[in-house]
Amino acid sequence: MTATIVKFYQTGTHTVGNRLLDPEHRSVQADMRRTNSLNSGHRACQGCGEALGARYAIDAAMQATDNQLIAANATGCLEVFSTPYPETSWQIPWIHSLFGNTAAVATGIAAALRVKGRTEVRVVAQGGDGGTTDIGFGCLSGMFERNDDVLYICYDNEAYMNTGVQRSSATPGAARTATTPAVGAAPGNVFGQGKNLPLIAMAHEIPYVATAIVSELRDLEAKVKRAMEIRGARYIHIFVPCPLGWGTASNQTIHIARLAKETGVFPVIAAEHGELTKVSKIRKQLPVEDYLKPQRRFAHLFSPTPNLAAIAHIQALADRNIRRFGLIDAAPVGAAAGAGDN
Amino acid sequence: MEKPFAITLDVGSSLANKTGSWRTCRPLYVDRLPPCNNACPAGENIQGWLYHAESGDYEQAWRVLTQDNPMPAVMGRVCYHPCETSCNRGQLDESVGINSVERFLGDQAIKLGWKFNPPETVTGKHVLVVGAGPSGLSAAYHLARLGHRVTIQEAGPFAGGMMRFGIPKYRLPRDVLEAEVQRILDLGVTLQLNTKVENIEESMQTGKFDAAFLAVGAHIAKRAYIPAGEAARLLDAMQVLRGMEGEEKPMLGRRVVVYGGGNTALDVARTAKRLGATDAIIVYRRTREKMPAHDFEVEEALQEGIMIKWLSTIKNMSDEGTLTVEKMELDEKGFPQPTGELETLETDSLVLALGQDVDLSLLDGVPGLEIKDGVVQVSHNMMTGRPGIFAGGDMVPSERTVTIGIGHGKKAARNIDAWLRGELYEPAPKHALAEFRKINPWYYEDAPKTVQPTLDQARRQSTFEEVVGGLNETNALFEARRCLSCGNCFECDNCYGVCPDNAVIKLGPGMRFEFNFDYCKGCGICSVECPCGAITMVPENV
Amino acid sequence: MLKQCEGSHAVAATVALCRPEVICAYPISPQTHIVEGLSEMVRDGTLQNCEFINVESEFAAMSVAIGSSATGARSYTATASQGLLFMAEAVWNASGLGLPIVMTLANRAIGAPINIWNDHTDAMSMRDAGWLQLFAENNQEAADLHIQAFRLAEELSLPIMVCMDGFILTHAYEGVDIPTQAQVDAYLPPYEPRQVLDPREPVSIGAMVGPEAFTEVRYLAHAKQMQALKLIPQLAEEFQAQFGRDSGGLIRTYRTEDAETVVVALGSVLGTIKNTIDDLREEGRKIGVLGITSFRPFPTAAIGEAVRYCERVVVVEKSFAVGVGGIVSRDVRTAMREHPHPIYAVIAGLGGRAITKDSLRQLFLTVMDDKLEALTFLDLDWNAVNRELERERITRRSGPIAENLLRDLGVVAARVG
Repeated sequence: MTATIVKFYQTGTHTVGNRLLDPEHRSVQADMRRTNSLNSGHRACQGCGEALGARYAIDAAMQATDNQLIAANATGCLEVFSTPYPETSWQIPWIHSLFGNTAAVATGIAAALRVKGRTEVRVVAQGGDGGTTDIGFGCLSGMFERNDDVLYICYDNEAYMNTGVQRSSATPGAARTATTPAVGAAPGNVFGQGKNLPLIAMAHEIPYVATAIVSELRDLEAKVKRAMEIRGARYIHIFVPCPLGWGTASNQTIHIARLAKETGVFPVIAAEHGELTKVSKIRKQLPVEDYLKPQRRFAHLFSPTPNLAAIAHIQALADRNIRRFGLIDAAPVGAAAGAGDN
Repeated sequence: MEKPFAITLDVGSSLANKTGSWRTCRPLYVDRLPPCNNACPAGENIQGWLYHAESGDYEQAWRVLTQDNPMPAVMGRVCYHPCETSCNRGQLDESVGINSVERFLGDQAIKLGWKFNPPETVTGKHVLVVGAGPSGLSAAYHLARLGHRVTIQEAGPFAGGMMRFGIPKYRLPRDVLEAEVQRILDLGVTLQLNTKVENIEESMQTGKFDAAFLAVGAHIAKRAYIPAGEAARLLDAMQVLRGMEGEEKPMLGRRVVVYGGGNTALDVARTAKRLGATDAIIVYRRTREKMPAHDFEVEEALQEGIMIKWLSTIKNMSDEGTLTVEKMELDEKGFPQPTGELETLETDSLVLALGQDVDLSLLDGVPGLEIKDGVVQVSHNMMTGRPGIFAGGDMVPSERTVTIGIGHGKKAARNIDAWLRGELYEPAPKHALAEFRKINPWYYEDAPKTVQPTLDQARRQSTFEEVVGGLNETNALFEARRCLSCGNCFECDNCYGVCPDNAVIKLGPGMRFEFNFDYCKGCGICSVECPCGAITMVPENV
Repeated sequence: MLKQCEGSHAVAATVALCRPEVICAYPISPQTHIVEGLSEMVRDGTLQNCEFINVESEFAAMSVAIGSSATGARSYTATASQGLLFMAEAVWNASGLGLPIVMTLANRAIGAPINIWNDHTDAMSMRDAGWLQLFAENNQEAADLHIQAFRLAEELSLPIMVCMDGFILTHAYEGVDIPTQAQVDAYLPPYEPRQVLDPREPVSIGAMVGPEAFTEVRYLAHAKQMQALKLIPQLAEEFQAQFGRDSGGLIRTYRTEDAETVVVALGSVLGTIKNTIDDLREEGRKIGVLGITSFRPFPTAAIGEAVRYCERVVVVEKSFAVGVGGIVSRDVRTAMREHPHPIYAVIAGLGGRAITKDSLRQLFLTVMDDKLEALTFLDLDWNAVNRELERERITRRSGPIAENLLRDLGVVAARVG
C-alpha cells in the first residue's frame, strides 16, 4: 500500500482562513488584528467588489509594510464612498487629488519620502479602471517609465460606475453601459482590441505586474506582499465586480469574479520585468455563458434571441487568454495532491 | 496637526455612519444537522469528532465520539456506515471515509490506552443489563457514565454477543473487541458470564435492581424445512460462527454450500473458505440486486473465490450430499417463482443462513408485555409494557445491526436515567438537515477518498487475519479533513473576510463570529460564500 | 554677489538657495532654462537633498508637486502658457488642498494661434484658481520674489505663482545680486507643513465636500488670501532688513504723489513706462505709475489709496478678456469704487508685440487729454483688422483669421495662397 498523501487542508487556501494551516499561511483578512484600512461606515453599494478589493489590497500592503503606508486615490467610486465630508473610512494616511493624476501624486509622495530619508514608508496609488486606463493613463505610463517607487493598484469594474455606468476603455465587448446601450445592429460595447493595461504595464518592463481577483484572496494578498518586497514601479490590476453596474445580485460579487477566472475571461497572472512569472490556473473550466448569463449588462446576448456570434467572440477571447497565458495545465492534475498554492 | 476645515478628515470617522439602516435582509448564523449525524444509528456526533480529528487532536476526537458510542474500534470495522451513504461529499467526489477514521481513532485509543472519565456523581441506583452484546454493553456504558451501578448478566461464556458470535474474526479481530469491552468494564460495570436470566422478574427481585435493560441477541437460527437424508451434514449459520469461537472448529468439508442471501450467508461462506473449503457456494433465490447483504461484502467474497448461484432454491439434500436445486425466475413484482427446472449440486455440508430469532423465554409471565412477530414492543422511550423494564437491540422491532444495537443502548440508558429520576427524557430538538444544495463546494480542496489497504488475496484464502486494514495517521488525517462540515461553522473566516463592510466580528478560536448590525448592509455575500451553508438570510422587519 | 546672468539662471540659482526638496518639471518655452539650471545643480550636487523629476506633462508636474508637498517636502515647479492650461485642473487642486507649492510662470501667450512670446494671458487664465500671483518687474525682483514666495506660501499654506515675463526677463542678461545661502537660510526657515501625509499621524486629505460646507471652504480660502495682504508687506520689510533690498510688497508706485494721471501695469513693462513717464515729467506733465506686484490677492485698499487723488487711471495690460476687454483694469476699477475716476483699459504687448516708448508716450498724451476710448488696443493694425472684417461681412466663410491676416501683412509666402 503506497498511500502517499501529502498535506491536505480541507479547504486549503480557498477560504479566507483555515485553522489547520500554519499561521504564516493564513491570510491577512483572517487576522483578528487586520487593519481594516477601509473601515465600516463607507457608503459603497451593497456587495461592492471595489470596497472589498481595496480592503484586501490595502490591508495586505499595511501588513507587508508594518503599517508604513501612504495612499493616493483617484476620483471615483472608491474615493466618493470613502471620504464624503465629514467622515472618512480610511485608517491610513490618504490623499485624493484628481481623477487623472494619481500616479503622479504618488510619485511626488515617494520623492518626498526619499528626500526625507523615510524610505521605510511605502506608497500606493489606487483608482478605478477609468482613472487608470483612460484619464490617468498618461501619468501612470510616466510613473512606470521613470520606475518610481510606487505600487499602483487598479480596481477594475469595467466602466465609469461613479458617474452612472458609462463605457471606459476597460469595458468588455458587447457589454451594455449607459453610453453603449443594447440597441441597434451591434448592441452594447464595440469589440475593439480593448486596452489591456496589465500587458501595457508589462511592456514598460517594470519590476512587477500582476492581475488579481476578489475571489482569490490568498493570491491577491501574495501579490501585494510580493509587490511590497520590490522597489520601483509596480502595478496590480484587481478585477472587482460591480453589482450595480453589471446588474448582478449583491450577494454574487465573489461568485461572478470566480466565474470570470474559471471561464478564462480574466486571466490571473504575474510578471516581473516584463516576463510572466506566475499563472493562476483554472480549476474547472466553464463556458463563457456561465459568466455572462447572470449579468444584466449581457442580457441582450441571450434574449429575445441568443446572439451566438457575440458569445462566440467572447469565448474566443477567453480561449485566447487560456492559450496565451497557459491557464489550463496540459497534464492532468494529480488526484489527491496539493493544498492549493500555499 | 492643524487640519483644514472639511478638506482633511480624521481617520476612521465613518464609524459615525451606521450603514446598517440600509438593510432589508439580515444574515443569521445557523447550525444544521449534518447528514452523517442524521444517518448514524448510534447517534454519533460524527462531524463533531471529525472536527477534532482534522486538527490532529485524536484523543479529543475519540472523547467526543465516545460520548455516543463506546466502541469505535469495533464500529470502525463492522458498521455498515449509513453516514457515508448520506455524506454530502459523495455528491462532490466520494463520501468521507468516516468509518475508517472512526476505526483509526478506536485503534489509537487501544494503542495509547485512553480511558473513559469516571462519572462525576454516583446515583446509588442499580440497573440490570441482560446480554453483553452491542446493545447491552452500550447501555451499560452510558448508565455507568451517568453514575448508575450496572450489572450485566450474560448467558454465554464471553462478552460481545453477536459481535463475537455473528461476525468472523477476519472482520473483527477478537483482541479489538476485548479491549473495548474491558474499557467499559473498567468504568466499574460488573459482568457476570454464563449467567442466563431465566425469568426477569425473579432476577430483578433477587438482585434488587431498580431497572432493567434487556438486550438479548438473536442467536436462534431460523430453520427451513429441507428434506434431507439422515447422514446429510446440515448445519445452521449460528452453529458455524459460534463454533469458530470454541476450541473445536466446525467440520464443513471441502465442498460447502450456504443457503441464504444476507450478510451472515457471506460470513459463513468466507469462513468456510478460510477453514479449507475448495468450493464455497452460496445459493440464493433472488438476484444480486435483491440481495440483502451489503454490496462491499459480496464484492470481497467474490474476490475470495466464493461462488454464488443466483435465482436458486434448494429442494432437498441426499445422504451423499447431493442437493437438488430449482431455478427460479422473478415475477413482475420482483418475487422469485419456481420454474420447475432442476439441477444437482454436490456438497459435503449445507449451512442454512436464513436469519435468526431471539429467545424470549425470560419474559414469560411478565405482566403488561406485548410480544409481536417474535420481538418485544417498546414505547418511544424504549420501555416495555412493564415499567422499569426496557429493551433494545435484536429484541425490539428494528433492523438488526451492531450500530443500531449500540444506538438502542444509548437511547435506553438515557431513558432509564430519566425514569429513575422520575422524569421523561426529552431529546434536544433536531436542527434542519444540511442539504448538499446549501454547500458552496468551491471552497473545498479536490480530494477523492483514501482507499483502505486490503489484505492480499493469498492470505485471505487461508487465514483469519483482518481483511481490511486501517488508515495510518497521515491518511486518517487526510480523510478527516475531507469533511465539509455541512451546516455548521468550522471557522473558515470566510464571512469575516468577504464582508465589504467589515460587519462581521471574529470572536476568536472556538468562539465563531457575530454580525455587527450597525454596519451590515445585508448584501448577503457572507451567506453565499459560506462553504458549509451555516449562514442564512432572513427578511428585515422594515 | 552681483552677477551678470540670464534671468532664468538667476531664478534657478535663487530657487536652489531656497532648498527645494522636490522639483518636477516638463519643458516649455520660455521656462526651460530655469529647470535646466536646477536639474544641473541637482545632478552635480550643488543642490543637495533634492529630487528632480522629469515628468511626462505639466499636469503630472503639478500633480507630483501636490504629492510631495502634501508629504511635507518643499516643492517647486515652473511652466508657461499652454503648460499652465494643461495643468489647470491640478493648479486649482493644489490651492484647494492648501499646499504651499511655488511655481515660476514664465509668462507667455496662449494659442491658437500658437505663439511662444510674452504676454500675461496665461497668468490671467488662472487668476481665480486660488493661487497667490506675484509679478516681477525685473530679474532681481524675480529672484527675490521666489525667496519671499516660499516663506509666504508656507506661512499661509497656499501655493504661489511667481510671474516673470517670458524672454523679456527669462532670457535677458542683467546684473542680479544672488544672495548667500546663509542669508536665505536666515530668512527662510525649513518647511513645516500644516498638514502632512504621515503614518505616524494618519489623516484623509481631499474629502468630497457637498453644499453643506463648500461655500465655507471657499470663503476660508479667500480669508487666507486676505491675510496675505498684511503678510506680504511684512515679509518685504523683513526681506529688506535681511538682504538690504526693497523687493516685493503689494504695489510699487513711481511719481504718483501729485499725479493727475496714474498708469497701472504689471511686470517688466513697468520699466519702459517709467522711462516714458520720466520724459513726460520733464515736460511738466503730472503722471505717475503704479506697479502691481501682488495681483492675487488683489490689493484693493492699497490701490484705492494710491489712486485716490488722481484724475484718471490708465491700465496698460498684457492680457485681454475676449468679449469684454481688460482684465486687470476691471479689478482696478473695483479698487476705485470709493473714489471713482475715469479709467482706461489699454491692451498692449499681446503675443510678444513690443511696447515701445513712442507708442506709450503717444498713448499717455492722448489719455491725458481724455481722448482715449475706454478700451484701446495699443498699436493695433486697423488696416489688417478692417480688411478681414470686411471680407467676413461679404463671405460668411473666410478661412482662418490668423492666416488671412498674415497673408494681408505679406508675412506668408506665396505658396500658402
